[in-house]
Amino acid sequence: MQLTNRSKEVSKKEMTFAERLYLPAIVSGLGITIKHFFAKKVTIRYPEVKRYLGPVFRGQHILKRDDEGRERCTACGLCAVACPAEAISMVAAERTKEEKHLYREEKYAAVYEVNMLRCIFCGLCEEACPKQAVYLRHDQFVPVFTEREGVVYGKDKLVEDMNARYNRDSWTKEEWSEKWKNERV
Amino acid sequence: MDTASWIIKALIIVGVFAVTLLIATYSTLAERKIAGFMQDRLGPDRAGPFGVFQPLADAVKMFFKEDFIPAQANKWLFIAGPCLSMLTALMTSAVIPFGDTIRYEEQTIAVQGVELNVGILYVFGIVSLGVYGLMIGGWASNNKFSLLGAVRAASQNISYEIALGLSIIAIIMSAGSLSLRDIVNQQHGFAWNIFYQPVGFIIFVTCAFAECNRTPFDLPECETELVGGYHTEYSSMKLGFYLFSEYINMFISSLVVSTLYLGGFNYPGMDWVYAKLTALAGDTTGHNLATLIGFLALFFKGLFGVFFFMWVRWTVPRFRFDQLMDLGWKALFPLAILNIFFTGAGEMLGYHGFTWIIVGIMTILAATNAVKAPPRKMYPADV
Ligand code: SF4
Ligand code: SF4
Repeated sequence: MQLTNRSKEVSKKEMTFAERLYLPAIVSGLGITIKHFFAKKVTIRYPEVKRYLGPVFRGQHILKRDDEGRERCTACGLCAVACPAEAISMVAAERTKEEKHLYREEKYAAVYEVNMLRCIFCGLCEEACPKQAVYLRHDQFVPVFTEREGVVYGKDKLVEDMNARYNRDSWTKEEWSEKWKNERV
Repeated sequence: MDTASWIIKALIIVGVFAVTLLIATYSTLAERKIAGFMQDRLGPDRAGPFGVFQPLADAVKMFFKEDFIPAQANKWLFIAGPCLSMLTALMTSAVIPFGDTIRYEEQTIAVQGVELNVGILYVFGIVSLGVYGLMIGGWASNNKFSLLGAVRAASQNISYEIALGLSIIAIIMSAGSLSLRDIVNQQHGFAWNIFYQPVGFIIFVTCAFAECNRTPFDLPECETELVGGYHTEYSSMKLGFYLFSEYINMFISSLVVSTLYLGGFNYPGMDWVYAKLTALAGDTTGHNLATLIGFLALFFKGLFGVFFFMWVRWTVPRFRFDQLMDLGWKALFPLAILNIFFTGAGEMLGYHGFTWIIVGIMTILAATNAVKAPPRKMYPADV
């Protein structure tokens, strides 16, 4: 069985005199390396240049709002249960009449915290959510933190900003492979 | 010589020293850059534009590491090892003719550390001393692996020194002088020795690789077999000295190769340039400018040599130790003797490029052998 069509067959024949001289082989090898020396480099200078990661990349969490700007989360806790790393914790509260424009459901999460040191970005929370409230964004990493204080992300950092809504930007393979090719941020 | 010429001489020596050290420093960066480029990467580029401050960063790192001397090691020898390596690496540059002559107030001063009439023997002697640095370091570490690495280095260097010396003999025979300056002057213009001594050139370069412990002959350092080789126990700037001396060795040996085979400071069209410059800038200044251009020619040959060292390093995998010994004793040694024989015959008959016969015979042998060889028996890939 052949796994790749680039494999070469092995020969155990004795080397000819030309091959035992080594020099022709070395010279052709030098030719190959010098070709690579002048070839286009594949390196992406990471912090300055970023590559499009695809629409399914799992980055920082976001708590979505609906079209009227109300938070979708109903503090059911399913995401916390699904989370294998036990990174999510929340405190539920009941919506009052005056808060109707803020929360879609009658019960909402007064506190919603993701511990980014625990999170393994598996995306099980977003799968578990019955209200399409929590997502892992494809376009934003959790930034590096240097202090423990900044590790637990509260609602202030997680809830979607209505002025800069988060949308998945490509849906078909053709779309995102086009972006993959072209997009260097 | 009077004071002025002493000062000029001292300046030349300091200049040579500084240039050698600078080149060695930047070779460490160049090595990583070239390795990167040959592997389609960029190499280090974070410290300053294109990573030009990388050597500084490395030096700072080296200096701030703990300078550790193992308890059971022989302290003085342990310190002497890297120093000796460094010393022998630098000493060779003393006799290399870096340029023609400088004219200064009626005086003519050669651009060369010391004008030795047995310069080539001096080079050879210092090269053989070089192995002591490794040997002493490996021995003083009081560690099996260091010692094994050092023994490997020593046996390899000694084996290849023989072929090295024999290939030089062919040069001496055709040049009729042991002085490096004479040898260079005989290669005036484009009459470089490589065109008369192709086989000697190949032998010499191969041996230079082995003497510098560079790939494909970098067996003294071998992580899988010997932990780190002879410098397993070294840390901080002592290790830095060992690594540094390797780069100095590389630069110096490319200079020696250029001097012996690639015309030293000679370059094609030098007479024309010389005539133009003296006509333009007067006898003295013109002469000095021409010397400077000659120096640059040698310098670029040296730099290309360093590049070649690295180019080969990132192309060729290393030999196994027995293959290394086979190559040294069973291939290069007889070949060098054959080379001497043909050079001698050529000198006797008055033909300079007689050793091309060896190249011719080899090519014909290789061609016929390749044609006659039975076709490769392929083992089907799907068994
Ligand atoms: S991505 Fe995985 S680990 Fe992170 S919070 Fe969601 S379920 Fe937990
Ligand atoms: S994010 Fe979704 S799963 Fe988690 S508590 Fe809110 S509604 Fe429930």
